[in-house]
Amino acid sequence: MMNRRTTLALFALLALGTLGACARKSSDSKPGEPQATSISVKGSDTMVILGQRWAEAYMKQSAGSTIQIAGGGSGTGIAALINGSTDVCQASRPLKEKEKAEVKAKRNADAIETRVALDALAVYVNAASALKELSLPQLAKIYTGETTNWKDVGGPDHAIVLYGRENNSGTYSYFKEHVLGNKDFAAATQTLAGTSAVANAVKGDAFGIGYGGIAYLEGVHAIAIKKDDASVAIMPSLATAQDGSYPLSRFLLFVTAGQPTGLAKSFQDWVLSPAGQSMIESVGYYPLPKG
Amino acid sequence: MSDAASSKSSGAARTLDLRRRPRRFERIAEAAIVAVALLSIVSVALILVFVGKEALPVLYSSVVHEEVTPLAMILPREINGHAAYLWQPVSEIPKYNIVPLFLGSLKVTVVALLFAVPTSVAAAVYCAEYASSRMREFLKPAIELMAGVPSVVAGFFALVVLASWIQRAFGTEHRLNAMVAGLGLAFATCPVIFSVSEDALRAVPQSYRTAALALGSTPTQALLRVILPAALPGIGAGVMLGFGRAIGETLIVVLASGNAALVDLNLGHSTRTVTATIAQELGEVVVGSAHYHVLFALGALLFLVTFVVNVITERALHRSRQSLSGSK
Repeated sequence: MMNRRTTLALFALLALGTLGACARKSSDSKPGEPQATSISVKGSDTMVILGQRWAEAYMKQSAGSTIQIAGGGSGTGIAALINGSTDVCQASRPLKEKEKAEVKAKRNADAIETRVALDALAVYVNAASALKELSLPQLAKIYTGETTNWKDVGGPDHAIVLYGRENNSGTYSYFKEHVLGNKDFAAATQTLAGTSAVANAVKGDAFGIGYGGIAYLEGVHAIAIKKDDASVAIMPSLATAQDGSYPLSRFLLFVTAGQPTGLAKSFQDWVLSPAGQSMIESVGYYPLPKG
Repeated sequence: MSDAASSKSSGAARTLDLRRRPRRFERIAEAAIVAVALLSIVSVALILVFVGKEALPVLYSSVVHEEVTPLAMILPREINGHAAYLWQPVSEIPKYNIVPLFLGSLKVTVVALLFAVPTSVAAAVYCAEYASSRMREFLKPAIELMAGVPSVVAGFFALVVLASWIQRAFGTEHRLNAMVAGLGLAFATCPVIFSVSEDALRAVPQSYRTAALALGSTPTQALLRVILPAALPGIGAGVMLGFGRAIGETLIVVLASGNAALVDLNLGHSTRTVTATIAQELGEVVVGSAHYHVLFALGALLFLVTFVVNVITERALHRSRQSLSGSK
């Protein structure tokens, strides 16, 4: 009945068309070329807003260049860097050895990490909570599920509700490594996409606890952190992050495959210049210590 | 149309002539339509092949078995003397137990259906049997418009508004929990179940109604004993569609369920579904790693579950349809 050859021909045409479209697209954009007037920056959700402010200011002063900022998590950004689908990766944690090796293997260049800003990872509780401080060991017990009631850490007799980040987040990895000593999060930890979602959840939950960048503090309050039960409690601030006394401060990074070139280089240089560094505090993070 | 009309008046030979020309065009058009129809089937088949290809290494790949075996994905793990089902893929010792995820999917889907089925079927009955035609003309599109609400909006509503209401009303331990996610999902499933059920009810021949009433039954008796049973296969199909929509929905549960992989039946606790897990973790995994293949295996299993459920209900519905027409 139906002419089989016609169907086949139509199929072939469609397939060819699709292939053609794909091929053209991929040869159009070669990331990292010296003349590139457009680069993509992808990675840490913690750094999205910071990156966007930088990009806006930079694009305003050098017309014609486009910088696209995307989030997704440090892990997502690093994966994109390995696959070559982003020029610059924003990361809130250093790369693992395994990831560095993969960048080297797939991109044929070393992964270069450049410190661009300083962040203090804050631990926050609901604005109505009277809790003022916790020590790192207490925090570890809370997040591994050993301590489940606020009364064990000096609060009211009520279950602790844990909020955290998805496991593709640099903040997740950082917290797991530096607070939990690489132990697993308690199964009851609710994982949310993005620091603002965590802050929002804690804002709506009188018995919640969350962690994330210092920039997201609306409706919640940060608590002071003690390195161990004997040491002094320290609030996250510019001074305590820069002198390293706050136990949970970390560097925010740009990661590139090989030394950055072209627009990526000039953007990064600008970010490290006084003009770029002076913008950081308005977003809620801290500039790099001088010298 | 006018060609056909004019050809009727002319001779038989010319009619044939006239017919031949549109025929060639029709053939091309038909071929194009068949090609497009086949293309959708082929692409679905190709997606299946791809998912299957990425999922199967879970069964045989040594890379995957270094981290997890198929048995370890189902059986509990001994932790500090008691058995635990853990989903902790990013860990020193990765743990890929899929039990909490499927239990989570089931919990939110059951909540969604418990809420959506009675309300949407009742709405469909009202619309098809009781509402005036003007009311019906307003109601049906209005309810079906709900299907057009983007799921991210429904999810956000559940996250911000519904979650607070439910915590206040039930005093749930977790603000984001299976109940909130389930009710959010109900928002997405209601229009599907309503629309199909209403069509099924209206497809019941008028003669059934008149016959039932003529035999002396009250309108309620006619509805419960005659019309609803006759429309049951169609309503069943609607519920099945709703089930598929609920268990496959991702964004609403990502936003509203809290995503903690717990194993319990408490609806007030946070829960993590299969779809939310895939959506949140697939972006980060290294292609070809154990985690990557396990996520695809999750997708394949989810497909299998919906497929089996669909086949079983399709069979049951078929049988009930046969017995209905047999007793006629």
